[in-house]
Amino acid sequence: MALQTPADDVLLHADGLVKRYRRTRRSEPFTAVDGIGFAVRRGEAFGFLGPNGAGKSSTMRMIACVSPASAGTLRVLGHDPAADGALIRSRIGVVPQDDTLDAELTVRENILVYGRYFGLPRRAVRGKAAELLEFAQLTERADSPVENLSGGMRRRLTIARSLVNDPEILLLDEPTTGLDPQARHALWDKLFRLKRSGITLILTTHYMDEAEQLCDRLVVMDHGRIVATDTPAGLIGRHSTPEVLELRFHPGAQSVMAEKLADLAVRTEVLPERLLLYTADGRTTLTRVLARNADPLTSLVRRATLEDVFLTLTGRTLVD
Amino acid sequence: MSTKTSGGERGHPPGGRTRLSVRRSARLVERHLMIHRHTPGVLVAEIFEPLLYLLSIGVGIGRLVGDVPGVADSAAGYSAFVAPALLATAAMNGAMNETTFNLLRKLRVDRVYDSMLTTPMTVWDIALGEVCWAVLRGTLAATGFLAVIAVLGLVQSPWALLVVPCAALVGFAFAAVGLAVTTFLRGWQDFQYIQLAMLPMFLFATTFYPLDVYPRPAQAAVACLPLYQSIQLTREIALGRVGPPLLVAVVYLVLMGLAGLVVARGRLARVLLS
Amino acid sequence: MNAPALREFSYRMIRYRRTWRGTAVVSIANPLMFLLALGGGLGTLVDRNGPAALGEVSYVSFLAPGLLAAATMQTAVLESTGPVYESVRGRGNYRAATATSVQPFHLYQGHLLFIAFRATTSALAFVTVMLAFGLSRSPGTALALVGAAALTGVAFAAPTVAWAVGVRRPSSLDSAFRFVVMPLYLLSGTFFSVDQLPAAVRPLAWATPLWHGVDLCRAISLGTGRPAMTIVHLCCLVALTVTGCAVGRTTYRRHLHP
Repeated sequence: MALQTPADDVLLHADGLVKRYRRTRRSEPFTAVDGIGFAVRRGEAFGFLGPNGAGKSSTMRMIACVSPASAGTLRVLGHDPAADGALIRSRIGVVPQDDTLDAELTVRENILVYGRYFGLPRRAVRGKAAELLEFAQLTERADSPVENLSGGMRRRLTIARSLVNDPEILLLDEPTTGLDPQARHALWDKLFRLKRSGITLILTTHYMDEAEQLCDRLVVMDHGRIVATDTPAGLIGRHSTPEVLELRFHPGAQSVMAEKLADLAVRTEVLPERLLLYTADGRTTLTRVLARNADPLTSLVRRATLEDVFLTLTGRTLVD
Repeated sequence: MSTKTSGGERGHPPGGRTRLSVRRSARLVERHLMIHRHTPGVLVAEIFEPLLYLLSIGVGIGRLVGDVPGVADSAAGYSAFVAPALLATAAMNGAMNETTFNLLRKLRVDRVYDSMLTTPMTVWDIALGEVCWAVLRGTLAATGFLAVIAVLGLVQSPWALLVVPCAALVGFAFAAVGLAVTTFLRGWQDFQYIQLAMLPMFLFATTFYPLDVYPRPAQAAVACLPLYQSIQLTREIALGRVGPPLLVAVVYLVLMGLAGLVVARGRLARVLLS
Repeated sequence: MNAPALREFSYRMIRYRRTWRGTAVVSIANPLMFLLALGGGLGTLVDRNGPAALGEVSYVSFLAPGLLAAATMQTAVLESTGPVYESVRGRGNYRAATATSVQPFHLYQGHLLFIAFRATTSALAFVTVMLAFGLSRSPGTALALVGAAALTGVAFAAPTVAWAVGVRRPSSLDSAFRFVVMPLYLLSGTFFSVDQLPAAVRPLAWATPLWHGVDLCRAISLGTGRPAMTIVHLCCLVALTVTGCAVGRTTYRRHLHP
């Protein structure tokens, strides 16, 4: 990928990055990340979008310098993870997919101990912990064991903990997976605040609304490769139509109707129970459909979302 | 976050992925100390167990045994013979509990190291930190036991204080090897194989009777056991027989610990940095 | 025993199929090591001193039956603590099972039956080793020993399972093992005769349930049993089993169908 921006503004740069795992000594290596390239500038919120097994988490682990790359180049903050892992890790924050909170410690102790791992002086960490607990709205729970926290609280604590070293880059691996709607929105607010304060956010997600909400730019990954890179709006514009008309006919009738109505849409997609018509203007298309006496059981006009792009690019087959 | 804290390790030297730092290792010990403020009972248990053995085998069987060949003072007799062996065992168990049972939980269940590795901490730091912590635990257990047997009148020589650094060395050797072995375990069920190695060693390494009850070829085999070397070191010192032959045991245990540490680091890197 | 309890038993057996090799090795190796090291090695020292203190038998013949009872008790308690705790919490099967027509007490019965099976097989392995050492007089004695040891195991398992179902932290299991099982193991006349203890402590040793198991096995093995004493031992062990079952019925219901 060609870089148009000044080099010192690029915090993260990958080229031909590959990650292969070997389950056992004898087995064939499995390629999780298959030659990807990208660049992230300071202050950006950059997203990796993809189904399970697309290689998002492997990529994140390589960026976090906890998993060596099998091939290709990777520069984080201008350094090579293979040589300067500890240096890089001292300047980034990591929010892993499964909370790796220390179950034997209290909420506050989790931040204190983590800060000490960075070599911060005890006094400084104590002050920082109080400030971060406030930020994560956990001050009242400071002395309770982490096992008593709800999912949302745990995730907020993990984020608070990852900020203890004032990171320049924050890596978030599926930050809101498994949270209820209230907790998700609360977390998004926190992430917006961090972004405004100048921290570069790098996140993976398979929630389309999350990617649209949070990311300035994102890449769609599938089978270890990057299949598209753009802004959320750019991706929708390029890989979908502005609107989608969803029609439901009697079971088994979807394909027949798809052929009859194909000329009304830019693209049609047949699902077991629904027929999707991708079109610039859903309402007009619906009027034309009804004019042909097609009589769908139900119909719905909606704005195209990243989900449509995602499913177009990565397919509808379940991956696991 | 808008506020910045000064400090940290911004000027870190390159090559940090593999570098060892004693300062960073100490932070792992700090974490463990923080947790153990909540559970001081473990240490009591570790002193209680050898004491039980001392009471039942040392005292109970001591009456059946009478004089022990090689123990000069027959007043304390058999108990004075068994006590140093139990002390070495306490150091071994105290240290090995940490790097086997507790470590497997931290490695596979709680996944404590995953979050440590997202910081400047390296695999070396973790291996060394865990071994240091285990040595601390083993030494504490052994020292506690020493205090108890001193009260019972089973300590016969001021040399006995030297037993404390010996316990640390025994702890080091077993902690490092225990750590190396634990990285190979697939799950809890594999612990019975460790047990299968440790129990016979405990029973056969002259804990309860002198080496000369064995036929000669068996004597040579038993002398190769690391616990035999540990018991030999503590027993000879506790009985006031300090001399150059003890260096064999010292060198044996140092080499065993270093070898364990090197294997452990390599294996931990494989498990944690895939 | 009833059908739902047998279903729990067969579930345990299916799981056991994956781990039986390890336990088989342990069941044979454990008595082998102890008899060799303590019976052989330590026995050398004891026998050198003269066999009068043990009633004119060698130390190893004195030790073996006591160790049989103590080791079977240990196996039974180990099977009654960790696995029961795991079944209630974590990935255990109790929660799934109690959502079906199986009653909590069925689970107790089935699990206890499995532990009885484990106690019996490990006692059998132990007695086989004793036979190999020439420490059992006849096949009849050997069978009686297996029965007595298995009863000792079940007598400990019944109340332990009833307790373990309500345990909240794994550290409690550790403590129970360290502060209850190990002292019993070491001080119930396994390694030396209770008569060696000071007179004041002796009644305490007689009160421990393990002593009844140890003395029963020893009397069978050495042929020194008196009918009255044998009946007392059996009654104590059976009473412990029955009490354990009664408590288990309540605790299983309370903790699994709260």
